[in-house]
Amino acid sequence: MDASRQRYPVLRSKVDPDDAQYRENREQNLASLEKLEAALAKAREGGGEKYVDRHLDAGKLLPRQRVEMLLDRDSHFLEVAPLAGYQVRGHAAGASLVGGVGVVSGVECVISASEATVKGGAISELGVSKTHRLAEIAEKNELPSISLIESAGADLPNQSKIFVPGGRGFHDLTRRSEARTPTVCLVFGSSTAGGAYVPGMSDYVVMVKEQAQVYLGGPPLVKMAIGEETTHEELGGAEMHSRVSGVSDYLAEDEVDAIRLGREIMAHLDWQKASAPTPRPVDPPLYDPDELLGIASADIKVPFDAREVIARLVDGSRFSEFKPLYGSSLVCGWAHVHGFPVGILANNGILFTDSSNKGAQFIQLCNQSDIPLLFLQNITGFMVGTKVEQEGIIKAGAKLINAVSNSTVPAITIMMGASYGAGNYGMCGRAYDPRFLFTWPNHRIAVMGGKQLAGVLDIIKRQAAAKKGLEVDEQQLDVAKQMIEGQIENESDAFYATARLWDDGVIDPRDTRDVVGICLSTTYNAPVRGTTSWGVFRH
Amino acid sequence: MTIRPIRKLLIANRGEIAARIARTCRRLGVETVAVFSDADADAPFVRLADEAVRIGPAPSAESYLKMDRIVAAAKRCGADAIHPGFGFLAENAGFARAVKEAGLVFVGPSPEAIESMGSKQRAKQIAKDADVPTIPGYDGEDQDPEVLREKALEIGLPVLVKASAGGGGKGMRVVRDDGELDAAIESAKREAKSSFGDDTLLVEKYVERPRHVEIQILGDEHGNLVHLWERECSIQRRHQKIVEEAPSPALDRELRQAMGKAAVKLGRAIGYANAGTVEMILDPDGRFYFLEVNTRLQVEHPVTEAITDVDLVELQLRVARGEELPLDQEMVDTIVSGWAMEVRIYAEDPGQDFLPQSGPVLDWHLPEADWLRVDAGVETGSEVSIHYDPMLAKVITWGATRIDAIERMRWALRRSSIQGLRTNRDFLITLLEHEAFVAGDLHTHFIDEHLADVLGQAPDPGLVRDAAWAATLVAQAGRQASRRVLPAMRSGFRNNRYVDQEVRYAVGERALAVRYADLGGGAFRVTTVEGDGDPMVTHLRGVRVDGPEVVFEDDGGHRRGARVIAAGLRHHVRVDGRTVVLEEQPRFPDRSAESAADGAFAPMPGSVVKLVVSEGDRVTTGQTLAVMEAMKMEHSIGAPHDGVVTEIQVKEGQQVSEGAVLVVVKHEDDVEAAEDA
Repeated sequence: MDASRQRYPVLRSKVDPDDAQYRENREQNLASLEKLEAALAKAREGGGEKYVDRHLDAGKLLPRQRVEMLLDRDSHFLEVAPLAGYQVRGHAAGASLVGGVGVVSGVECVISASEATVKGGAISELGVSKTHRLAEIAEKNELPSISLIESAGADLPNQSKIFVPGGRGFHDLTRRSEARTPTVCLVFGSSTAGGAYVPGMSDYVVMVKEQAQVYLGGPPLVKMAIGEETTHEELGGAEMHSRVSGVSDYLAEDEVDAIRLGREIMAHLDWQKASAPTPRPVDPPLYDPDELLGIASADIKVPFDAREVIARLVDGSRFSEFKPLYGSSLVCGWAHVHGFPVGILANNGILFTDSSNKGAQFIQLCNQSDIPLLFLQNITGFMVGTKVEQEGIIKAGAKLINAVSNSTVPAITIMMGASYGAGNYGMCGRAYDPRFLFTWPNHRIAVMGGKQLAGVLDIIKRQAAAKKGLEVDEQQLDVAKQMIEGQIENESDAFYATARLWDDGVIDPRDTRDVVGICLSTTYNAPVRGTTSWGVFRH
Repeated sequence: MTIRPIRKLLIANRGEIAARIARTCRRLGVETVAVFSDADADAPFVRLADEAVRIGPAPSAESYLKMDRIVAAAKRCGADAIHPGFGFLAENAGFARAVKEAGLVFVGPSPEAIESMGSKQRAKQIAKDADVPTIPGYDGEDQDPEVLREKALEIGLPVLVKASAGGGGKGMRVVRDDGELDAAIESAKREAKSSFGDDTLLVEKYVERPRHVEIQILGDEHGNLVHLWERECSIQRRHQKIVEEAPSPALDRELRQAMGKAAVKLGRAIGYANAGTVEMILDPDGRFYFLEVNTRLQVEHPVTEAITDVDLVELQLRVARGEELPLDQEMVDTIVSGWAMEVRIYAEDPGQDFLPQSGPVLDWHLPEADWLRVDAGVETGSEVSIHYDPMLAKVITWGATRIDAIERMRWALRRSSIQGLRTNRDFLITLLEHEAFVAGDLHTHFIDEHLADVLGQAPDPGLVRDAAWAATLVAQAGRQASRRVLPAMRSGFRNNRYVDQEVRYAVGERALAVRYADLGGGAFRVTTVEGDGDPMVTHLRGVRVDGPEVVFEDDGGHRRGARVIAAGLRHHVRVDGRTVVLEEQPRFPDRSAESAADGAFAPMPGSVVKLVVSEGDRVTTGQTLAVMEAMKMEHSIGAPHDGVVTEIQVKEGQQVSEGAVLVVVKHEDDVEAAEDA
């Protein structure tokens, strides 16, 4: 690194671990983490002891064992949506799929593995969503992908929810192939009908001897359709596909051999990342990330200084703040995470006109210099009231949303507290296509808080009754208000959100730095290029 | 006094002694010429010399023993003298003569002196004539068993009955009891006849618990001859010395004077000029007997140098130039101070009867101290070949007392890392720690008596665990350093934590798994599973890896270090002064290696002497398939398992490298299955 470059100033922390609020936060956040760990443990169980044992007794590796073997030693594995389907009726935690980003033969790639111990690896509706999300990660970040297949195909009783959107997976596979991001498919078990097109559409196919079975219709269907008597092996065995049909490119002796072949394929790609930041030494933050548990408010009504979070996230706790004296409710500035440059936008309160304008300008600057964005979201919304309306806060908010929407540098969003209303949009919520979006377990997400929403509904009902000249039933209104509040609170919960793939996962706040580092490194597989073209800004 | 100038010296040797001679020459302002075989082209001793001449292929018979080529090399380079070192041509009177005839100076005694000591019988006679005690014996022509019996009893039991033409212990019997004598003579004759085709026997006094004590002598052409005290070299394996010291703990002033006087007398009897050694046997009662004279520099000469502070090679050169010795006996006796120890580091496997080893030296790392001398012929990256003596180096320590010298040696060896091939380093440390050794209670069967049971002993489990941790941490740091993706990321980061990184090792028959989680900041949670045992969780802190060196602190706060040299999946670890070699189990077994389980391998490079089986033969586990010759020894290559010989991949007389498959033996089932297919 050029030593003459001015280093960013070090953030000073004012955190006091003896403070009552700090201790309260820490206690509650630790409880949330226990809940997170329990949920993840549930997801790791797969189909439960009985099916896991049956799988192991058949001499097969579990999906996570396959993934672990595939990964380079010491490589990270950033699991995506490990809690998809968690406590959702008809789904297993994890949505019958293990997926994420890891390094294979030195190449960052998207890995997915069928959870064969859940309904034979049959794909559920949320499994389809998770598959799409993983495909999207591969596509946007231009990553090769490896699928470890052992799937009974569509979850037939739920076919109506799956059939039409499910077809997109094959489209995505060939589009990625066209985009020069190779797709590798390792087949460990049966892969029938629609499932047969996963190897069919992949660039490289490896099949495990005497285990992989790939056909459009199995022997019973064949018997029914054309009256032909046949065997699984004859119809779609690994040997047949490797020697006769050519559907398989490599015949693996066993599962370990298949994984080895997958690693060999990744090695020969001679993969080069499209972008690389200026190399620089990576200093850890000066402050212990463990303190994030005392900083992040368990009660979203209690504000906390985003700079304390930044100080525990960025290299050397060094931060070059932009417009520090202006629009102070949105902290903007430059830093590095694991050596990658980032422009950080972090909420320090609700968005005002000035803070929104500042954010829009900052996003433009980062685009001008090809610097990825990191949104640290803790936002209860935009300011309301006549003062700000007359200032034209709608114009300012629109400007921010315009900038977020048209920005072309990668964006990563961490939801670390509240995400309410248009604040979610302005701070690059899910609908704004951040490359990755992770959530802290204390986080709440909704159009507004349950209490506020119930209150608003209550006012509207009273107004409607008044219009009609009716008396209101106070008791009835009160019950309705409480029910609504309860429903909204439940639906605002981080675990509710992550189960529905509103994010890429709930993470331990202490892991944020490493998670953001992995996300940034992943995004650099695609060109990191900002834009200068924007929608019309209202001034 | 005529001085023959020696301005350029050709060193007709290799390895550590060639290097050692070159160093003295450099100090004295004498230019040097090294000669080298093809195998030694990159050896350190060649680089140390000012000039070097390639004299032939690897086998000594075609290089270091080629007198004409060596003399021609000296002539070509304009050398005026040749130093033979030891071994090779050092005691070859013909060579000394050829050197002289070529008009060059031979740094050593006269050809006549070499000749007179070359024959054991003649030497013994000269010793007898000079009143130097010799071992009583009978080697007369009358070989009648009755005469042999009579002579044996005359000498007095115990006696040694051995084949006159013999060597290597064949046809050799120790007789302690009158009643065993006839049978011993008869069987020795039979064995001598079958082994050597000659049943002539010798009968000799057998000395129980003998010490090997030798006297260094040094003479000039002007009639001066002194002795430089003794060296004790009783610690031997396979009749070869491995630990030497000076002075000997068995000698007092009186005995030293007696032995020294005898040696000088013998030297004078043959007009000895230059450095030589009179080897003697010393019995537990302080009686000594002449054994032989080595008319050259000895391997173990540095211990004499350490206690006298003279450079024997320098004095050899001075004498060869025609100078007068700069010291007399009185001076020698006053300059001697302290005690010196020498150990020879050999590439050998003490667990397999000290079988010589060959291969690469992956790490050659010895400490430095002003009381420590290392005469090494190798360096990191050297290749130890099968063609020469597997001695890698001599380590010499000096101390004010014997105990000082021993403890310093132990210290130095424990801090050394010699990796890549098996050596006797660990064995030497065990030896130095033995109470009988420390007590100075030595004899030539010391190792058999005291250390036979520690040979090949499996390393301590705690040591193996430490070694596995060290290997894991060093390998992890290495991967971290070469990682292109997120080099500063904690190793094995998971946002969904369910498994740690795992490395599996084998140490001999033992299996060991190490799982680790990088907790950041040099802290690791390490889970160790030995065999089928319960996992043991340890938190290591303060982990610092610097190249091959690692330091870590365990739960108890005990900070310690190790040095790890990895070559492929083999991790050579020096930990707590010992060596542990771990075989890492590959994550993805090599398919071609699996079929190799059917192959009988060459355990070391060498040549195939004999093929015992042919294709199609049925064999049982361990049955000899072929015989190899390597490092001057024959090795039987056994079948890896019961089965059928399906392939013979070599021919008799073929040179093979280590690990080469000689014969393939398939399980019978597999053969049948293949036939069915």
